[in-house]
Amino acid sequence: MSRRGARGPGWGLLLALLLALGVVPRARGVEEQGGTVQGFQVVTFKWHHVQDPYIIALWILVASVAKIGFHLSHKVTSVVPESALLIVLGLVLGGIVWAADHIASFTLTPTVFFFYLLPPIVLDAGYFMPNRLFFGNLGTILLYAVIGTVWNAATTGLSLYGVFLSGLMGDLNIGLLDFLLFGSLIAAVDPVAVLAVFEEVHVNEVLFIIVFGESLLNDAVTVVLYNVFESFVTLGGDNVTGVDCVKGIVSFFVVSLGGTLVGVIFAFLLSLVTRFTKHVRIIEPGFVFVISYLSYLTSEMLSLSAILAITFCGICCQKYVKANISEQSATTVRYTMKMLASGAETIIFMFLGISAVDPLIWKWNTAFVLLTLVFISVYRAIGVVLQTWVLNRYRMVQLEIIDQVVMSYGGLRGAVAYALVVLLDERKVKEKNLFVSTTIIVVFFTVIFQGLTIKPLVQWLKVKKSEHREPKLNEKLHGRAFDHILSAIEDISGQIGHNYLRDKWTNFDRKFLSKILMRRSAQKSRDRILNVFHELNLKDAISYVAEGERRGSLAFIRSPSTDNMVNVDFSTPRPSTVEASVSYLLRENVSAVCLDMQSLEQRRRSIRDTEDMVTHHTLQQYLYKPRQEYKHLYSRHELTPSEDEKQDKEIFHRTMRKRLESFKSAKLGVNQNKKAAKLYKRERAQKRRNSSIPNGKLPVENPLHNFIIKEKDLELSDPEEAPDYEAEEMSGGIEFLANVTQDTATDSPSGDTGSDAPLTGRSSPPAAAEKPPRPRAPPSPDRRPATPAPPTPAPAPAPAPPTPAPAPPDTPPDREPGAGPAPGAGLERRGLPGAHARSAAARRVHSRRSFQRPRARRRPALLKLASLPPSCHAPPHALEQEETPL
Amino acid sequence: MLISSDQIEQLHRRFKQLSGDQPTIRKENFNNVPDLDLNPIRSKIIRAFFDNRNLRKGPSGVADEINFEDFLTIMSYFRPIDITMDEEQVQLCRKEKLRFLFHMYDSDSDGRITLEEYRNVVEELLSGNPHIEKESARSIADGAMMEAASVCVGQMEPDQVYEGITFDDFLKIWQGIDIETKMHVRFLNVEAMALCH
Repeated sequence: MSRRGARGPGWGLLLALLLALGVVPRARGVEEQGGTVQGFQVVTFKWHHVQDPYIIALWILVASVAKIGFHLSHKVTSVVPESALLIVLGLVLGGIVWAADHIASFTLTPTVFFFYLLPPIVLDAGYFMPNRLFFGNLGTILLYAVIGTVWNAATTGLSLYGVFLSGLMGDLNIGLLDFLLFGSLIAAVDPVAVLAVFEEVHVNEVLFIIVFGESLLNDAVTVVLYNVFESFVTLGGDNVTGVDCVKGIVSFFVVSLGGTLVGVIFAFLLSLVTRFTKHVRIIEPGFVFVISYLSYLTSEMLSLSAILAITFCGICCQKYVKANISEQSATTVRYTMKMLASGAETIIFMFLGISAVDPLIWKWNTAFVLLTLVFISVYRAIGVVLQTWVLNRYRMVQLEIIDQVVMSYGGLRGAVAYALVVLLDERKVKEKNLFVSTTIIVVFFTVIFQGLTIKPLVQWLKVKKSEHREPKLNEKLHGRAFDHILSAIEDISGQIGHNYLRDKWTNFDRKFLSKILMRRSAQKSRDRILNVFHELNLKDAISYVAEGERRGSLAFIRSPSTDNMVNVDFSTPRPSTVEASVSYLLRENVSAVCLDMQSLEQRRRSIRDTEDMVTHHTLQQYLYKPRQEYKHLYSRHELTPSEDEKQDKEIFHRTMRKRLESFKSAKLGVNQNKKAAKLYKRERAQKRRNSSIPNGKLPVENPLHNFIIKEKDLELSDPEEAPDYEAEEMSGGIEFLANVTQDTATDSPSGDTGSDAPLTGRSSPPAAAEKPPRPRAPPSPDRRPATPAPPTPAPAPAPAPPTPAPAPPDTPPDREPGAGPAPGAGLERRGLPGAHARSAAARRVHSRRSFQRPRARRRPALLKLASLPPSCHAPPHALEQEETPL
Repeated sequence: MLISSDQIEQLHRRFKQLSGDQPTIRKENFNNVPDLDLNPIRSKIIRAFFDNRNLRKGPSGVADEINFEDFLTIMSYFRPIDITMDEEQVQLCRKEKLRFLFHMYDSDSDGRITLEEYRNVVEELLSGNPHIEKESARSIADGAMMEAASVCVGQMEPDQVYEGITFDDFLKIWQGIDIETKMHVRFLNVEAMALCH
């Protein structure tokens, strides 16, 4: 990775730091002295100054750009795994570099690999490990990882030795121990390679977790075998005693269990630390990385299995860390981890390719290379079949022949083997170069050839694939019920099984661990079912937003009214004080808002831009205060001011209430007919929306992040938060009304600032503002064509308004003078009877009266489930699935 | 129906142990299983053992006591799907298992899980977590019910009333969900544990 030379390349990064910290000032001093002689130089070229970090950064850039390049062609990446492409790219780049100066300047060195590239990948694997699946198959995984690896190492080494004795390989300076050493380093399945290939293949999760888990856990075996045989080689074959062999076996247990223990201890520390990071949110994600990395280094220092340590650190801490850190930090951790892991993986494969271009390391021995390939494949297959045969007698889910084929074939070797073989000491292992070249061939063969063919193989064998499903509340609930039933059955039938153990662990965790390691607020809200429930609510809320912006207003979410659906119905001509207040609030930030809105207005006619507008509206309307207001704030220690939280909370809550109310109103049988009409309309609207917005993806992003902030506490009526909130809501309600009246007062003067007309252009004279029905004009531009109702040839939708001026005075007539109502909306409006509007007004008044008792109505008594408005179940938008699809 | 004779023998020993060498087990006998105390849906599970529907003895009602045969019948709901079974048998087996769960939810045996019943179950399920209030349990049940309705009926007419989850609906909800690992117990080392108590 860095220049091979006097300096250990692994020190590249450190060196960069040193350079930055210490050398720079000194260098500057030197230069200044020189400057007195040569005169002051405005610009100097100091390549050596930046050389190492510069080269590192350049390589990272090259790898990343290459990745972009691969994905330009979907055809290529769907057939060829990325890892293979990267290796090929590395070969090409290595060729270019070699052609340029005829030395292999850049290679993947073990130090860089083990200290900087491997940890992020393994941590990522551990942190996103599906724990339940992993521990459910732990027995199987351990058997494959331990026995399987030992079997592979022993058989490969011994067979090669056998062939060597037969003389087929010609004259080599190799002993039995060297062969076993080689066998042990080539035996282990590589986590990086497996992950890279299997993530693209999407086999079912059980199969994946077995192969992947094996590749992670076999590290301990590899490390021990490697160390044991290396020391044996050093000792020389004759000096190895039985005691040494016993020591080797003991050291296996020490290394593996010790590594695991280190990981668990650091996980405990990490969880504990994140419990108290409430006030340093901004460095919260840092702890996750630093402490996990420390676990890796610590176990490396104690010569324990570092991979096991960091894996288990990730596995054990994930639950508590995810509960403790804030949602934003969790997202940061997730993305940073993925970025580091995928970056490291990219670099590893590319440098594997580059490293191969070095004539100095190549030593060819056809028999040795070919036989190694044959042996590792054959013995892996035999090992898998034998172990599966044993395992299937105990496993609930049987591993079938097809699974075994995939498991054998998925035994990819990778960079770990390469790094280990490069670490060998040439003075002790005479044929190091032969081993190195063979390892490279094996790695290339498995990653490129097997990686290329495994996908067609999986398809051809019809291996059960993993399917991605939306989380379902029912599924989770039933799953939970099953868990309890099973553990009860095991209790009753009196046996210790998986379920028994899991049940005991859950209890222990809840009683002790969670209490120590989780924040008090997190303890309350941490439940999988609640999480799914929450997630579904979010989706609902989001679909509401989408619905709202399609209709041009989110008023229905914000509406205080609860006993009817008036506010969901946007197309009826009726007054809406709610909206008046929306526009009022939006207008508070005139300059920030209307610039955008104006430009939107201008772009409105272009259908292509609809999507932008939708996004924009989500943002603008969802938060009553636009974000621009905070832009000038800058702080290194605070990300976003949390003023929005209350708003978000309120919006979220309203959505929830709405959801529940759909039962109630239906149950009482109120407004049935009207609802029928509305439902029909909404259905149609739904269809329209679905066709116009691709998969509804647009509105997803913004509201999601806003929602997430504090919902759980809310949902659970967290005692710390709830009273607070209630007060907030109450006062909010009162203010709300106040705003409405204020609105009418302040409307006209500010209304003539034409620029904000698109938003608030519907303000009306004070008299008309309160109760009298008047044509409703939502702030959204896409509804605006319907707004200037009077000029259109259609009969004015306002049904006999008591006020003389139903038409908004400040509606800019020059905008859309003859445009007429939008086809769909306008028709709907015209078709509705005036009586409706009046009753809507009446209801609104009624609802306002009862507005100050939100608690009581929030959870209406439900007796029967009835008449679900389809919008409650609008196909939830594809929430971004960021977790590993394991 | 069940598994090997070996396992039946072991279960029989366990049965006798639970019943105190009586030919039948009553509900009270299950109180002797200490591990069961922590189970939040304990009462529902124990009830399932005496449910006539599960015992295949009638459409409703609860038996006072069960003999070993009945005990085995209940246990047989949890046998793993045999690898040799054909597709039809697997489906049948799956249906049986789901029926067991359904009966546990449908406490009044009317063939429907009403909202009330569902809430009841969810409350019990979540009662293990002291931090979850009843209110949130209820709203979760409501949400689940809405979801069920949307899965089973699709878009409803405005005046249509979804009365509850029928067994057919229940199957629909479970469609495509693997229960291979969810409803199976391997009766292996019954001995080990039985001796402890």
